[in-house]
Amino acid sequence: MRVLLVDDEKELVSTLAERLSFRGIDAEWTVSAADALKLLETQSFDIAVLDVKLPKISGLQLKKKMQEKYPAMKFIFMTGHGSEEDFNAGAAETGADYYLVKPVKIEALIEKMNEVLQK
Amino acid sequence: MKILEKIKPEFWDDEDIGAKVSGGLSNFRRIWQLTVLLTLVVTVFPLIFMTLVNYTAMQASAKAEILLHTSRLVSNTRRTVSFFLEERRFALNFIIEDNNVEELKDPFRLGAILENMKKGLSGVADLGIIDSSGMQRNYVGPYKLGGKNYSGQEWFKEVTEQGVYISDIFLGFRNIPHLVIAIKQRLAGDSFYVLRASVDIERFKELLSQLELSGMGDAFIINHRGILQTPSRYHGNVLEKISLPVPKFSAATEVFETRTSEGIPVIVGYAYITDTPFILMIVKQQGELMKPWYKTRTKILWFLGASITVIVFVILGGATYLVNRIHRAERNRAMIMHKMEYSNKMASLGRLAAGVAHEINNPLAIISEKAGFIKDMFTFKDIYAKDQKLLDTADCITSSVERCAAITRRLLNFARHTDVSIQTLDLKTVILEVLGFMGKEAEYRSISVSVDVPDDIPKIRSDRGKLQEIFLNVINNAFAALNDGGSLDITVKRQGDSLVSLSFADNGCGIAEADIKRIFEPFFSTKTQKGGTGLGLSITYGLVKKIGGRIDVQSQAGKGTTFTVCLPLVSEEKEGGNTDAGIIGG
Repeated sequence: MRVLLVDDEKELVSTLAERLSFRGIDAEWTVSAADALKLLETQSFDIAVLDVKLPKISGLQLKKKMQEKYPAMKFIFMTGHGSEEDFNAGAAETGADYYLVKPVKIEALIEKMNEVLQK
Repeated sequence: MKILEKIKPEFWDDEDIGAKVSGGLSNFRRIWQLTVLLTLVVTVFPLIFMTLVNYTAMQASAKAEILLHTSRLVSNTRRTVSFFLEERRFALNFIIEDNNVEELKDPFRLGAILENMKKGLSGVADLGIIDSSGMQRNYVGPYKLGGKNYSGQEWFKEVTEQGVYISDIFLGFRNIPHLVIAIKQRLAGDSFYVLRASVDIERFKELLSQLELSGMGDAFIINHRGILQTPSRYHGNVLEKISLPVPKFSAATEVFETRTSEGIPVIVGYAYITDTPFILMIVKQQGELMKPWYKTRTKILWFLGASITVIVFVILGGATYLVNRIHRAERNRAMIMHKMEYSNKMASLGRLAAGVAHEINNPLAIISEKAGFIKDMFTFKDIYAKDQKLLDTADCITSSVERCAAITRRLLNFARHTDVSIQTLDLKTVILEVLGFMGKEAEYRSISVSVDVPDDIPKIRSDRGKLQEIFLNVINNAFAALNDGGSLDITVKRQGDSLVSLSFADNGCGIAEADIKRIFEPFFSTKTQKGGTGLGLSITYGLVKKIGGRIDVQSQAGKGTTFTVCLPLVSEEKEGGNTDAGIIGG
């Protein structure tokens, strides 16, 4: 499973990527939507974990663009806002597969990724 | 005083409920006083005026009627009295013309004449013939007066000179009040004789007592010297001097008002009876005559009193009721405004909290990842001592904690305003504090925010909380108007010695010209679909006024909006002005 992590907090995504790789998950990370799209040109991913709020191009816009290229890709959103229930109620609406509220527990993230991929 | 306390309406001591919301002083007591005064003036004054006019008119007409009535009575009585005297004079004239002196000197003849006269003319007591020397030559009547000499008496001298004479009432030889009518008849040469008749005053008395006199009336005759010729009921007896002054001569009947020696007001009607020494007088007591009028007057005054009482009660009740209603409505309005202000504040706090949560969650996520990473290092790697990555991770944890702490500090700073009012503030700090909460949104939406505070801007004394709320509202508003990628320029300028102005200029969508006048009105919103309450700017307006400043807006649709907040360097907010804190605290 290849995972792309996008969040404007570099320390967050880089650490998260490294920790995922400890657990045998191949994870790449970028801090902006532009970088993510650039990366997609050369690599392919099964799943993308996006921050909802990204500078310039928001997480939702990024998801749309990525989905255009890779319709099979799955998406999990991370957000600093509110509670998980609030966002998952609207998950279908935004086309996301799942929302996670920061701070994210890595076990929960892996579990969700597996769950989403098996759908 | 206890009753006053009980009936005192609730608005009485409540002077500035409206001031808390509208900024103006609504003095309900003044409104009440003005209402009561004005309504009293326009109702009671005309009522009193009309009653007074009516009263005077009625009193005058009552008096006029009494005077007229008295005057008519005097005239009629005078006619009767003078007719009585004339009748007797004419009778004597007839006797003296019809009989020669010799016949009249015959006692039988004179006696027969007296008898005949008595049959037709009452009151004639006796007849006498007196020769020019004053000797009574013949006398018929009940008294023994034959041979009396009258030459020394006043009436004899008068009749000698004037030919006809009617005397005052006097006692004479017989010692009974009577009057004398005498007629002189010339004989050949200088010689003459006089036919004299005495008349009882009984007839006079009768005449006068037959009059129906209202008002404790008194009718009597006096002579020109004021001596009573007939008995009076209240003003003395026959031949006594009258207690009233002798009225001056007038050919016609006169009526006048005067007071008796006891001070009782009376109406006096009088008439001089022609060719006699008599004045007919009718005296009536004014108090008695005016009794019917007094009754009417009492009724009028009672009616006036009752009307005024009713009017006063209705006005007091009505004014109290209405002002109470206004007061209650005003109080409700104030309460609702407070509630809305409060809920708006709560909404701001909610927005703030959401922003803060987001801000804090990011560093927390880093902390969490870093902590997890450290654990992973222990779990997945064997060497960890002097591991540079581990040290970096620890540093990162510390810096993330710092970030969280900074956010928490900022939040505390922002929330602290609830218990502080006036303090010395650096405007730039306050603006940056507020922007601290908006910074991320600006970043995400690519909004560039510039803050220009020149060095010559002094620190101001003002209410930190209110300033924060004002700036937050204005900046929020600007952000709502801005498209992504827009810009907001905040510029502080000094205005004279006592003012600073802050302009918040955005290049957003602007405000339509039709709306610009209404934007500070409560409940006016163009963002209702997006959850705007329409209270933000109206509350901002109120807050700016409360700290002694003013807020203006210039806008061009499509080009942008500039809000200018002018603040005094020293805000003179009243001590009790911090009502918001009380509400939040309560």
